[in-house]
Amino acid sequence: MITIQNLHKAFGKNEVLKGIDLNFDKPGITAVLGPNGSGKTTLIKCVLGMVIPNKGCICMEGENIAGKWAYREHLSYLPQIARFPENLTGRELLSMVKDMRNGKASDQGLIKIFDLEPHLDKRLGNLSGGTRQKINLILTFMYDNPVIILDEPTAGLDPVALIHLKDLIEQEKQRGKTILITTHIMSFVEQIADEIVFLLEGKIHFKGSLRALKERFNEVSVEKAIANMMLQQNGKAFAVKDMEPSSAPATEFLESEN
Amino acid sequence: MKYLQNFSNLAYPLVRNNPLRSWPKTKNISSRNFFIVLIISFLGCSVFADTLEVCSSCEYTSVSEAIAKAKDGDEVLVKGGVYSEGNILVDKSILLKGIDDPILDGKDQSGLLTITANGVTIEGFVIQNVGTSYLKDRAGIKVDKAKNFIIRNNRLLNTFFGIYLANSSDGLVANNKLVGQAVEEMSSANAIHIWYCKRITVEDNLVRQHRDGIYLEFVDNSLIRRNTSEDNLRYGLHFMFSNNDNYFHNVFRRNGAGVAVMFSKKINMWNNVFEYNWGKASYGLLLKEIYDADIKNNAFRENTIGILVEGSTRINYLQNDFISNGWAIKISGGCLDNVISENNFLSNTFELSLKASVNNNTFDGNFWSDYNGYDLDRDGIGDVPYRPVKLFNYIVNQTPEAMVLLRSLFVDIINFSEKVSPVFTPENVIDNQPAMKQIDNTSESLSLKTH
Amino acid sequence: MFKILKYSFFDLVRSRWTYIYCAFYFLFTLSLLWLSNDLSKVTISLMNVILVLVPLIATMFGIMYYYNSREFTELLLAQPIKRTSIFIGQYFGVALSLSGSLLVGVGVPFLLYGIFGSGQIWNFLTLLMVGVFLSFIFSAIAFFIALKNENRIKGFGLGILVWLFLAVIYDGIFLLLLAVFSDYPIEGFAMGASMFNPIDLSRILILLKLDISALMGYTGAVFQKFLGTSMGMVASITILFAWVALPVWRIKRVALRKDF
Repeated sequence: MITIQNLHKAFGKNEVLKGIDLNFDKPGITAVLGPNGSGKTTLIKCVLGMVIPNKGCICMEGENIAGKWAYREHLSYLPQIARFPENLTGRELLSMVKDMRNGKASDQGLIKIFDLEPHLDKRLGNLSGGTRQKINLILTFMYDNPVIILDEPTAGLDPVALIHLKDLIEQEKQRGKTILITTHIMSFVEQIADEIVFLLEGKIHFKGSLRALKERFNEVSVEKAIANMMLQQNGKAFAVKDMEPSSAPATEFLESEN
Repeated sequence: MKYLQNFSNLAYPLVRNNPLRSWPKTKNISSRNFFIVLIISFLGCSVFADTLEVCSSCEYTSVSEAIAKAKDGDEVLVKGGVYSEGNILVDKSILLKGIDDPILDGKDQSGLLTITANGVTIEGFVIQNVGTSYLKDRAGIKVDKAKNFIIRNNRLLNTFFGIYLANSSDGLVANNKLVGQAVEEMSSANAIHIWYCKRITVEDNLVRQHRDGIYLEFVDNSLIRRNTSEDNLRYGLHFMFSNNDNYFHNVFRRNGAGVAVMFSKKINMWNNVFEYNWGKASYGLLLKEIYDADIKNNAFRENTIGILVEGSTRINYLQNDFISNGWAIKISGGCLDNVISENNFLSNTFELSLKASVNNNTFDGNFWSDYNGYDLDRDGIGDVPYRPVKLFNYIVNQTPEAMVLLRSLFVDIINFSEKVSPVFTPENVIDNQPAMKQIDNTSESLSLKTH
Repeated sequence: MFKILKYSFFDLVRSRWTYIYCAFYFLFTLSLLWLSNDLSKVTISLMNVILVLVPLIATMFGIMYYYNSREFTELLLAQPIKRTSIFIGQYFGVALSLSGSLLVGVGVPFLLYGIFGSGQIWNFLTLLMVGVFLSFIFSAIAFFIALKNENRIKGFGLGILVWLFLAVIYDGIFLLLLAVFSDYPIEGFAMGASMFNPIDLSRILILLKLDISALMGYTGAVFQKFLGTSMGMVASITILFAWVALPVWRIKRVALRKDF
C-alpha cells in the first residue's frame, strides 16, 4: 500500500530523517513512536506530500507520490493540532472540506457520536480545544479511505470521546484499513496497536509487533519496554523496572510534542 | 446719461479742441461741463446736422454713398439689412449708427470700416467676415490718425483684426462683442489692437477667440476696464512698450496666457480676475522688464503659474488672492525692491519659486494656507516665520525632471525635514509676519465671480 | 483554486479588519467630499492616501493573513488539492477582499455624490484601477515574503522594508541620480525609472489624468506624449500586470519546494 525507500530529509543542517525504509502493506494499526524530534511528524508529512524529501521515494499503490496531489483523495489525515480558520463555523468547515474532496462523506453519524450538533453553528475560534479536536476527527473519519494517518489523535479529548475514538479506530481496522498513529500515550498504543515502529534520531530503531517488542526487552508493558530501549540507546544500562513510571527520564518523551 | 451722450457726440466737431473735454471722462462730466456741452451741442445740432438714412427702400441704398453725401456733423442711420460694399471709408466727422442690427459683410475679402476723420462715432453694427490676410492688417473697424472717436455697441464676428487703432488718441471703445475663429497664432490677429495711441478707454467689451484679446504697443495714459477676455490663443491682454496705463476689473480666462506686461512702466493692475490659464507655457500674468507697477486686489485662480516675473523692479503685490495655481508666483531673473504683502496664498502646488537670487524684496504679512505655526500672543500674526520656498521647489529649479516626483511620499518627507531645519532654501525669502487668518481682500476683488 | 479563493475571500469578508479598512476609506472619502466640492482636489487627496496606504496595508495584511492561516493551509495541504492552487487561491482571496474594501469604501461615497454626472469619472476610474493594481501587487509581494520566511518578525520586517523601499527610498535614489546627471538629457531615464516602480507609475498615471502635466514642464510633456497615448496606457498597464505576475510566479515556485 505505502512503500518508503531510503527516505532522507534535512531542515538546513538538521538531519531529521536519515534513510527510512518502511512498508505498510497489510491492513492494521501501526503506531509510530519515538522521542521528541525523532522525525515522526516529518515522516508522516513526507507521506502526505507536505514535506518534500531530499532523497528517497515514497510510493502509494506502486506510484511515486513526488509532485502528485490526487493520491491524497485516498488518504485521511488528522493533523496534530486542530486549528482552523477562525471565522468559519463548524458546519461551513465540513461543507468546505466536502466541497474540496470528491468522495462520499458520511458525517452525520460521527456528529451524533461526538455530540457536536449544538456546536456546529458557532465560530471555530470560539470553540474549546477538545471540541475542535472532535471536529478534526469528523473531518478525518467521514471519508471511507483505505489509508488513515492520525497525528496525536487523543489530544484534548475527554474520556468519553476517547472511548468513541478507540471504537472508531477499531471499526476502521475491522474494515481492513491501513492506519498509522503517532502518540505519546502508551496505554493507548497498548490497547490498539498491532505493529510498532520506533524512530530514534531519524532512523528506525525497532519495527515489529507489540508482542515482539515486549519479548525483546523482557517487559510486561510497552511503556517500560520503550523506556528501556531509549536508555540503552543512551548507553545508560540501569534497570527501569525499579523506577516509578511517572518519574524522569523515562517519561520525559511522553509529554506531548509542540 | 444716454440722452447726454447722444448730444455730446454730435458736438465733437465743435468741441474737439475744447480744453474742457478730455477722454475718457465722458461719463464723469461734472455738472458745469454738462451745461456747457449741452448748450454747444444744441447749437451744433440746430445749425448744422442733417440725418441721412440708408436702407433698401431709402434715399440711399449704400452706406458709402450716404457718407459721400454727408458733411461733418451729420448723422448716417443705417437700417437692418446686409451691406457688402467692401471697405467703407469714413473720412468725415459723422455719427454712423446702425438701427436693427445692419450687417456689414466683408465676404472674407476685405476690411470694413476705416476711420480717418476726427470725432467719428460708430455704433450698432454687426461687422463680419473680414478674412485672413498675411499682407495687410485688415480689420473690422480701423481707426487711423484720428481723435475723439467712439466705437460702441457693435458686434464683430469672424474679423481678422477686430478693432484696430493706430496713431490715434482720445478714443472710446465700449460695449462691443468681438468673437473670432482663431485656430492658430500665425493666421490670426488681435481683437482690439492699439498701436501708437494715447488716452484710449477700452471698457465693457467681450473679446473671444482671437490671437490676443487686447493688444497695446506704444500706448500711454490709457484705461482698460471691465472687459472680459477669454479663449484667446496668446494673451488676454498684452502690453508692449506702454507706460502710465491702468487696467481694472477685467476678467481674463482660459487664454494661452492671461496678461503679458512687457517693457512697460507705471502700470496699475487692480481688481482683475486671472483664471483657468492652464497649459504647459501658461500663466495668469507675465511681467517682463517692467518698473513701478502696482498689482492690487486681483484674484489668480487655477493658472499653471499665477504670476511669472522676469526681471522686474519696484513692483507692489498687495492684497491679491492666489488660489489653486501650480505656482502662485514664479520669479526668474533679477528682481529688486518688490513688496509682496497682504496676499492670500490658498492651496497652490508651489507658493513661491525663485530661480535667481533676489535682493531687497519683502514677503511679510501674507496668509499662507500651508502655514501651521502658532500665535501665542494672539495678535493675528504667527510667531514662527514662514518660508514659502520649499525644498522640493528648490530641487525642481535645479533639476526640472525631478518634477516627476511631485506628490510622492519622499518629497513630503524631505519638505518636512527642510522645514524643521532649513539648509537649502534661501535665507532672505521669508515671511516674518505670516497672518494667522485669511486676509479679507473684499474690495471688489471679484474672487467670487463665477465663470 | 477557485474553491480556495472562494473560501479565503468569504473568510476575509467576515473579518473585522476588512470592515475597518473599508470603513476607513468610506469615512475618509465621505469627509473629503463633504469638506470640498472640488472633485479633482478630492481625487488628489485620495491619491495621496491610496498611494501610501494601499501598499502598506496590502503588505501587512497579506503577511498577516498568511501567518494566521497556517493551520488552514495545513488542512488544505492534506486534501487532494494542487499545492500551487492553495497559495494562489489564498492570495487572490486576500487581494480581492482588499480591492473590494477599497472599491466599496471609495466607490460608494462617490456614487452617492453622483460621479457619473461629472467630468471626473475617468480620473476616478483611474484612481480605482491604480488602487486595485497596488492591492494585487503588494499582497503578492507579501505572500512571497511570508512564504519565504517562517519567522513572523522577519517576515513583517522584510515587508515593511520592501514597502519603505518602493514608497520612499526608491524615490530618494531616483532624485539623487536625477540631480547628479542633470546636465544630460535624462527624461528617458526619468520615465524609465518611474515606470518600474509601481507606486511611482500609479502616481504619474493619475497626475497626468488630472492635467498636472502642465506643471511638469518639458518632462511632463515627454511623459504626456508617451503615457497619454493609448500605446503608453497599454505599456503602463502591462508593467503593472508584470508587477503582479512576477511575485505570483515566485509564489508558485516557492510553494512547490516548501516544507510544512
